[in-house]
Amino acid sequence: MKNNLYNYILTIADNSLILAQRLGELCGHGPTLETDIALTNISLDLLGQTRSYYQYAAKISGENKTEDDIAFLRIEREYKNCLLVEQPNTHFGFTIARQYLFDVYHLMLMEKLQQSPDETLAAIAKKGIKEVSYHKRFSSDWVKRLGDGTVESKEKMQEAIDALWRFTDELFFMTDAEKEMAKEGIGIDVSEFKSTYYEEVSEVLKEATLAVPESKYFTKGGKEGIHSEHMGYLLADLQYMQRTYPNMQW
Amino acid sequence: MTIIENPEIQANLIPILKTVSDPEIPVLSVLDLGVIREAVEKNGIVHIKLTPTYSGCPAMDVIGDDLKTAFSEIGKKTEVKLVLSPAWSTDWISEEGLKKMEKYGIARPLSESHDKDVLLGNKKMVKCPQCGSTNTHLVSQFGSTACKALFKCDDCQEPFDYFKCLK
Repeated sequence: MKNNLYNYILTIADNSLILAQRLGELCGHGPTLETDIALTNISLDLLGQTRSYYQYAAKISGENKTEDDIAFLRIEREYKNCLLVEQPNTHFGFTIARQYLFDVYHLMLMEKLQQSPDETLAAIAKKGIKEVSYHKRFSSDWVKRLGDGTVESKEKMQEAIDALWRFTDELFFMTDAEKEMAKEGIGIDVSEFKSTYYEEVSEVLKEATLAVPESKYFTKGGKEGIHSEHMGYLLADLQYMQRTYPNMQW
Repeated sequence: MTIIENPEIQANLIPILKTVSDPEIPVLSVLDLGVIREAVEKNGIVHIKLTPTYSGCPAMDVIGDDLKTAFSEIGKKTEVKLVLSPAWSTDWISEEGLKKMEKYGIARPLSESHDKDVLLGNKKMVKCPQCGSTNTHLVSQFGSTACKALFKCDDCQEPFDYFKCLK
């Protein structure tokens, strides 16, 4: 049971860590000063949530682990984030599409998780919900602005949505740890809000005058540790300090 | 604004707590900010419960260290515990804190419904802390720290921070 809870926490937290890392890459590189600050602010919120989850996971691991061990010292196969969040910041349209497609899911998950009988998870979710709803407001605004913008912005936004669409289904795929925790009433059955998710996303895409992708081809694997080719590079960047100077601290 | 839950703070500890401020808004003490959820002395150790404004607020670690330093200077040991629940709300900032904040150049948070309006750019309601005009506009939903948004006054042309409402 403890092992399931540990894995379950990582399933949620790794999404936040990896997305925070991706957004952090944009620090000083955002297309405008305002979006640069916004994306790194979102990154910081996600990293804060990650820390709370990892501290909890470290506590229940029973192995004298710290949050840093969990964040930095795992091998690629041990990260449980979905494929969507590890996709690169190809262009601003991709950054926004990735953010939006994740934010809708993330908020739905937080809303359920805040009712979990597990007090720590519920507290993290309650705190996070305020932040995540703000993220969604930002990303959905940009989806609409770019989609319903110039010919070029629309083209790029559509390109990003089309390219990332195949990663959305994985959000609702349940790993064994998720199934077990849902059965125990602590975890959330994410498959339950799949249709609501697609309804909401389609609504916003329509408002943004974008086409809702019809492709039924989906990829998965990240949640079980089978990541895309981008993950190795991301981890090299994320882990290099701990790998070069083991146990170093701020 | 009212404080929803009165944290248990021992009166003799208040003068010390007042000396510890938020490193990012140095005019506000941790008491003004409402992040101290408990401060009691038991068996010679000061137990403090601290709640973050935002999950990733980098000021929290610094505040924790500052609290320990402040109490160690009067020879007291401190244990600081971070608590997440109930989640911090801008309603917990004291009236005195709000006044200090405005004087410092940060516009105070509006009520929840008005906050949504101004952050979506629908209404002009945020008062410029420099000249008092409400003829202001949103520059960015995200500002210099997680808790603030960036505004500009269309009368005096000064840019300023607006402390976002968080409930």
